[in-house]
Amino acid sequence: MAGQAIHLKKEILVRIIKAFLSDDFEEQARLIPYTMRPKGMEVPYRCCVYKERAIIKDRTIAGLGFPIEEDDETVSLATYAKKALERKEISDKNLTVLQAACKGCATNRIYVTDLCQGCVARPCQTACKFGAISIVNGRSIIDDSKCKKCKMCVNACPYNAIVKITVPCEDSCPVGAIKKDETGFASIDYDKCINCGRCTAACPFGAVHERSQIVDILKAIKSKKKVIAMIAPSIAGQFPGTIYQLKTAIINSGFDDVYEVAQGADITANNEAKEFMERMEGVNEKNSEWLNAWVNEGGYGEEHEEKTEKEENVRNFMTTSCCAGYNQLIKKHLPEIKPYVSDTKTPLYYTAEIVKKEFPDAVTVFLSPCVAKRAESYDNPNVDYVMNYEELGALFIAKKIQINELDESKYVVESSKQARNFGVTGGVAESVKASLRDEDAVKPMIINGLNKDSIKQLKKYATSGSCDNGCNLIEVMCCEGGCIGGNATINNQKIAKKQLDTLLNNSHDIDKI
Amino acid sequence: MAKVEVKVCLGTTCYVMGGSNLQELNDIIPRKYGDKVEIMGANCLGLCSINWEYSKAPYVKVDEEVVTEATVEKVLEVIDRKLG
Repeated sequence: MAGQAIHLKKEILVRIIKAFLSDDFEEQARLIPYTMRPKGMEVPYRCCVYKERAIIKDRTIAGLGFPIEEDDETVSLATYAKKALERKEISDKNLTVLQAACKGCATNRIYVTDLCQGCVARPCQTACKFGAISIVNGRSIIDDSKCKKCKMCVNACPYNAIVKITVPCEDSCPVGAIKKDETGFASIDYDKCINCGRCTAACPFGAVHERSQIVDILKAIKSKKKVIAMIAPSIAGQFPGTIYQLKTAIINSGFDDVYEVAQGADITANNEAKEFMERMEGVNEKNSEWLNAWVNEGGYGEEHEEKTEKEENVRNFMTTSCCAGYNQLIKKHLPEIKPYVSDTKTPLYYTAEIVKKEFPDAVTVFLSPCVAKRAESYDNPNVDYVMNYEELGALFIAKKIQINELDESKYVVESSKQARNFGVTGGVAESVKASLRDEDAVKPMIINGLNKDSIKQLKKYATSGSCDNGCNLIEVMCCEGGCIGGNATINNQKIAKKQLDTLLNNSHDIDKI
Repeated sequence: MAKVEVKVCLGTTCYVMGGSNLQELNDIIPRKYGDKVEIMGANCLGLCSINWEYSKAPYVKVDEEVVTEATVEKVLEVIDRKLG
């Protein structure tokens, strides 16, 4: 995400946590905008210190877990802090938009710039099928009421004088769930939103916030309940030091124990491999039945018979099922692919089940690279809260924990190399492959990031019933690069991958099924 | 001529506030300056606790000069200046 905006968000999280840990949470929360922008300070971004403070207040509201849109500006942060402490339940709406920041962003439109030369050929006018372009004073002008934003004129202009002004949040959303409306404010349609978090990363003003559960988590820790952290595989590579030092750091910050979700990823990989073989056996059987029938009946010319119910259920490919963003996409926009999606549960599901079985009274917190997992966790009673990597980083800062200077703590279960690589694009398919004795049975197709094109591609596979190039296992990752590209990651992918590789080189191979 | 010494703070605050990306300097510096510049990671330099707390993190020290809100570009600029 845009550097300064993310810096600001993290700083606010640190201050919220420090306020919570102080003697007077409410008063310290109220003071956050004033401490960050004290009287007389040079104003870094906006018109005046008052607007800066107002916007910091809005961001703090999201950090305290509330929707910014519903704020009427009269309620003080002290009251929000109090309400956060009293809150018993978390919301299923995970994102909130700081609409005051949308002001600086022009609406989505096609615009003729000063570069227009007023040429004689007027290819833009010819290209426009809607009669939206007229020539005034020798220059092209677009009538917005007629323009359908098809971009034909943009492509037609030999001077590149016509541009499409994009709204980054709208542009980044693969499902059209965030829109800047007539009033100029962006808002999210939660019926469409798949919680992919792209808009949070795309907005240069940092206007889209995750609604943090940090206060709820700190409250659970303070209440002396047993609080257990479950760390997503992609966390290796996000912080200084090793994942063993990280375990010590997480415990020092107040948690009672730490489980690697890679432990669940080992189960997911094995189960998915079994399921894959069963499904593909069906395909092989069907093919040989068809071949026999073809031979017996003398080859071509035979009409297609009615498909039996069993044949109907045979699918030529299977898709993975561990990405929360993808699962939301299936539910809200791509139900036709459901029969092809593996029934295997996510690594988080298995891990949380193990933890809750062992400690039924414990509060479980998933440490997550993305907002999509908040949606999955909300639906899973075994996962109580979600804390993203930025929030964990803020907690370490507030508690002054130096990870790379700590001793290492071992995990009860050491996860495999393949499971620990689940958060990197291609890693899940690879783990399924490595779980099988006959690795060649898997012909993977990797969907590295959900966008309008890849969604179309998936839709095509679902409707046609087959995948390109004879592929039979489609791995779908919502974020480019996989979970290491999640919206709440700290490190850039190249460096994260390098750090993760060090861990992988010292991990054992996955068990075969 | 004495080597220019670059210390990248690997303390948690600096790392989380954007210092993680400074690890790219590990590749860039030897390639660009050979053995004229030495780069090393350092435990918390203690700079985040003074002056505006963490809000100027990440920090890098080039010899005795502190680079605040350090980026790869900023650090290279200071090195270039030192090397004249």
